[in-house]
Amino acid sequence: MDFKTALFYIFSTILVLAALRVVTARNPVHAVLFLVLAFFNASGLWLLLQAEFLAIALIVVYVGAVMVLFLFVVMMLDINLERLRRGFWNNLWLGGPIAVLMVVEMVAVLSARSFGLEAMPAPAPTAAGVSNTKALGVAIYTDYVYPFELASVILLVALIAAVVLNLRERRDHKSLDPARQIAVKRNDRVRIVSMPVEKE
Amino acid sequence: MEQLVLQFFQWFWNLFGAWDAVWAAVQPVWPLIWVLIKIVVIVAPLMLCVAYLTFAERKVIGYMQVRLGPNRVGPLGLLQPIADGMKLFFKEVIVPSGANKALFFIAPVLAIAPALAAWAVVPFFDGGALANIDAGLFYVLGMTSMGIYGVIIAGWASNSKYPFLGAMRASAQMVSYEIAMGMALVTVLMISNSLNFTDIVRAQGRGWFAEQGAGFLSWNWLPLLPMFVVYFVSGVAETNRAPFDVVEGESEIVAGHMVEYSGMAFAMFFLAEYANMILVATLTSILFLGGWLSPVGFLPDGFHWLAIKIAFFLLIYLWIRATFPRYRYDQIMRLGWKVFVPLTLVWIAVVGIWMVSPLNIFK
Repeated sequence: MDFKTALFYIFSTILVLAALRVVTARNPVHAVLFLVLAFFNASGLWLLLQAEFLAIALIVVYVGAVMVLFLFVVMMLDINLERLRRGFWNNLWLGGPIAVLMVVEMVAVLSARSFGLEAMPAPAPTAAGVSNTKALGVAIYTDYVYPFELASVILLVALIAAVVLNLRERRDHKSLDPARQIAVKRNDRVRIVSMPVEKE
Repeated sequence: MEQLVLQFFQWFWNLFGAWDAVWAAVQPVWPLIWVLIKIVVIVAPLMLCVAYLTFAERKVIGYMQVRLGPNRVGPLGLLQPIADGMKLFFKEVIVPSGANKALFFIAPVLAIAPALAAWAVVPFFDGGALANIDAGLFYVLGMTSMGIYGVIIAGWASNSKYPFLGAMRASAQMVSYEIAMGMALVTVLMISNSLNFTDIVRAQGRGWFAEQGAGFLSWNWLPLLPMFVVYFVSGVAETNRAPFDVVEGESEIVAGHMVEYSGMAFAMFFLAEYANMILVATLTSILFLGGWLSPVGFLPDGFHWLAIKIAFFLLIYLWIRATFPRYRYDQIMRLGWKVFVPLTLVWIAVVGIWMVSPLNIFK
């Protein structure tokens, strides 16, 4: 077993264990942190595939931004585990078969028949001088420019929708217009009065 | 460099006549040892710089406020940071009774590890980086975005009100300013055509001004002046330094996420904060002020130029702290989202149009 294979097994073992803990951890904050660990190891796996841009993008976007906000929300929630677990046995008749179905589907798609070495041979190693950042950029902005633009527009619509849904103009709010605050001059607030000196 | 070190070891072990035996044992793992040596050579001076940055901060702010600053321990007070370090080292680490113990101790580690890991790709002189990787800029962005976990976990694991408020403030603030920082870096990589730090610095050494011997005019700060300012100010906000230090605003929430920490655990947060300050100063020097390049043609390039530039930005850090009052929290958010992010977006478009126009100077 060479070094890379050993690294692969280390990363994937931690990844699977962390993913398992995400769904089994009692404390939701722990679950989020295990999810972060899972992302980190997935990023390590991508690095092994020589996809350094995607690997670091995973860290920057998911670990650095999305999960931080996730953690932010989860920490604020007052989660009562007892209440969450109450419906477990009542809903099992629906949840159980769906879980089994998903496992069967994943096995059907991801099994060795369609993802084995014969069906998916390892890609040729990239030449030393090729930057995969550049290759990705070329692919996105030339070959796949329309799907890419379309995806961006969909994201933009979702973004604007989220803002619009949350934007409520309150009548009684007390916030101040920053431009007016900055525009305040000394003479608006202070009046200099010249007084004769008073002596005792 | 590697040869020199090897020769030194050979000379040392030959004093005992044991070089051949030692080399036979060490040779298989020598690349690992060599990397470890390089890591020590980077981290040890960095820690020393952190220690003396705290000293410089107190001295500089002292002089700015017409005081003397620390002057009791050692000549001119020069041993003050050592004394501070010793004190923190021997203090008891107190764990609050309601704290989440495991996370309470992981938090300082999560704070300092990314702050040190980011240094792996920073080039100190031409070819002088621990790892000269292709996506260096992106790697640093990823590592610095990890630093927030230390703060946020510390705040939550302490199970205390002020630390929690500090962590909430920190997560909102750092995520906001990261966007402005990343966008500012996009313009840099557009005109340098690379994510590699060494290439970015080399790209700044080319151009009409560099040929005339006035290299400092061909550095990135001039065509990207707004981004230069945005990047450095966002860097100040990202490291939670004054005037953006509401995360640990003394008058409001004591010391934010660090309230419940003592001894070395507290010192780790402190080290991480100052290591991040030096990192932001270094990155600003490399990305906008030409790194190790000499400002004028008749002087040689070298590490000393980078050191001077870093020291300059660190001085600005301290100067800002001594000058400006603390921002209000909503104003911080406004500056990040409504001023910096639109400004960077506009400047990305400006640089893009500039680069496809006939006036393109970045070739």
